Amino acid sequence: MFERRKNRVPGLNTTSTADISFMLLIFFLVTSSMDSDKGLARQLPPPPDSQTEVEMKVKERNVMRIQLDANNQLTCNDEAITADLLTERIKTFVANKTNDPTLPEKSIRDVNFFGQCKVSDRHILSIRVDRATSYDAYFQLQNSIVRAYAQLRNELARKKFGRSLANCSQEQRDAIGMVYPQRISEDIPSDTQQVEKNKANDQKGGKR
Amino acid sequence: MRGLFRRRDREVPELNTSSLPDLIFTVLFFFMIVTHMREVDLKVHYQVPQGTEVQKLNHKSAVIPIYIGRKIYNHSTKDDEFFIQLNNEIATLDDIKEYINEERNKMNEDDRSRMTVSIKADKDVPMGVIADVKQELQKAFALKINYSANEQ
Repeated sequence: MFERRKNRVPGLNTTSTADISFMLLIFFLVTSSMDSDKGLARQLPPPPDSQTEVEMKVKERNVMRIQLDANNQLTCNDEAITADLLTERIKTFVANKTNDPTLPEKSIRDVNFFGQCKVSDRHILSIRVDRATSYDAYFQLQNSIVRAYAQLRNELARKKFGRSLANCSQEQRDAIGMVYPQRISEDIPSDTQQVEKNKANDQKGGKR
Repeated sequence: MRGLFRRRDREVPELNTSSLPDLIFTVLFFFMIVTHMREVDLKVHYQVPQGTEVQKLNHKSAVIPIYIGRKIYNHSTKDDEFFIQLNNEIATLDDIKEYINEERNKMNEDDRSRMTVSIKADKDVPMGVIADVKQELQKAFALKINYSANEQ
């Protein structure tokens, strides 16, 4: 009479769990995108202030003029050049390993890990683009500048610390950044579009 | 004798599906981790340039996208007309400053200091448009920018 009744918990029916999780999976597949954000990180200067703006006198040897015209033609110091060659030009310009008097001067600074050393902090890459230049051409220009600095810094990191820049500590990277600082000045794009168009039309007319 | 040639019951054994939910959950979690939600409906069509030095953008919550490209679903506009899209809507240059400030206010302290504006522009956009956008960003003190691109 007092026999204990067997109270068995009935097993939960889990056959539909698979369907539910399938639904969730499909939902995520549809609403999400796989592409990760990649790009070139750049820093803009603070907005120009009419009061603090000072005319800076820069020596000719310290400036490299890089221009992109309305037809996406890249020129460096008024000389036509390709983006790949520009990287090499920037590297020799910034590094100035032979202390050439026509290339930028250097100043002696106290840098972490390096002690007293020559630092290329006078050079300026002056970029001027046209309003009609395509974004792609501008991007390739930026890309070659970033590549030039990255290669210089990487070479220095290998020479000094024996490893690539990516494997260096933050302090080491900061020190290398002090030896090769990025000094870029960008002009507000000039509007020569109209003039250029006229020129192009003239050329077309000439050919006919 | 008859018993010998009796047909044996050959039943296909049932497939054990009890681990199927676990499998699918694993796949689900994988996708949840590697993907991120599409935040906006794109109203412009753009194809970003390709570069060799591109880097991954960290801190997704601190990134503000600005899209510049041709309008989708609009065949009447000319091919060389480009539009700026901020936050689900086609906008003008004057809206950028307000948009940046709004987004900045939504962020927490940590993100505010590393706020980055990602310019997702089409390859063929003229630099005039980009320069105007950059000037507006300067005015809004959004100085960290990122030119969105694909790896070559």
